[in-house]
Amino acid sequence: MTNEDLKITIAEILPDAVFEEGAEWLTLSVEPTIFKSFAQQLRSISSLNFDFLFCLTCVDWKTHFTMVYHFTSTTYRHTIVVKSKLDRNNPEIETVSDIWRTAEFHEREAYDLFGVKFINHPDLRRLFMTDDWVGWPLRKDYEDAVNMIKL
Amino acid sequence: MNQQTVIDNDLLKSPLSGRDLEGAWEVPFPGEVHPTAGGGIVISKLDEVINWARSNSLWPLIFGTSCCAIEMMSTAAAKYDWSRFGFEVARATPRQADVIIIAGTIVNKMAPVLKRLYDQMADPKYVIAMGACATSGGPFFYNTYSVVKGADHIIPVDVYIAGCPPRPEALLHAMITLQEKIKMGYTREQIKMQPPSPEGAF
Repeated sequence: MTNEDLKITIAEILPDAVFEEGAEWLTLSVEPTIFKSFAQQLRSISSLNFDFLFCLTCVDWKTHFTMVYHFTSTTYRHTIVVKSKLDRNNPEIETVSDIWRTAEFHEREAYDLFGVKFINHPDLRRLFMTDDWVGWPLRKDYEDAVNMIKL
Repeated sequence: MNQQTVIDNDLLKSPLSGRDLEGAWEVPFPGEVHPTAGGGIVISKLDEVINWARSNSLWPLIFGTSCCAIEMMSTAAAKYDWSRFGFEVARATPRQADVIIIAGTIVNKMAPVLKRLYDQMADPKYVIAMGACATSGGPFFYNTYSVVKGADHIIPVDVYIAGCPPRPEALLHAMITLQEKIKMGYTREQIKMQPPSPEGAF
């Protein structure tokens, strides 16, 4: 499917979706509350068939967090980017690890470095940092008096 | 002028006898030719011959943690071909290696691994810190929570290479420099092994 066709199909299942312009891939933002059901549809609707989550990451904008998901279909070879804005003081979003198994580790990474809480994740604990680590290193306001030399 | 006088006798003094470093960067084979009928014999010190031999059979450990490793692989490959200088026997186990090239960033999690690898290498062993990260943390010196600010916080380093990453020529230069250091007995390992001299120097 081309980006235009994808846009039409997605506008049907999610009428109030906000699309971004000017990117290589079709990019849209959804509310974290409806993200899970939308993600489920991306995978289950046979004409979309997004069977591969190839990137899951988080961005700290200082005022809020943005979760960014890249989905692709290995049968149709079309790709979509889904963003979701999170509250910085209480970053929470439903897990998609039951839809795409790969998200299990990706979400652990986002939790480890940004402190995003993935609701219903089967095993949400630190991945790279030690289990007793305090703080979320990739947050913009992160401070570490022991390891960090501030400039 | 006969053949012998070509060899500068000062250059042949061992570091133990307090040789001056200056101008001695090209280290010849240690020893003097003593002419006899029908040829000649070389008179030398066993220690220096051993150093000469060791310097010419350095076995590097295959160790790379980031982009410097790509340059190291390039140095090993056909175009730069470090086997021209006697380094081709790269080993995948520290038990069989005697020089470790720290090619890349060392993070806090990697630090104990690097220490263990170094400890597992057989004596005598030598260390080259390749590039800015291994030298000082480089681009990761400021505002990072995970990077060790220089591999010499963990293991002693003999030769440092500048660059990010250094070009293959720089790595070759560093390895040749290491050979010179070994020949002169100036690597950290060799200095550590030397008995204290009465003068206090070296």
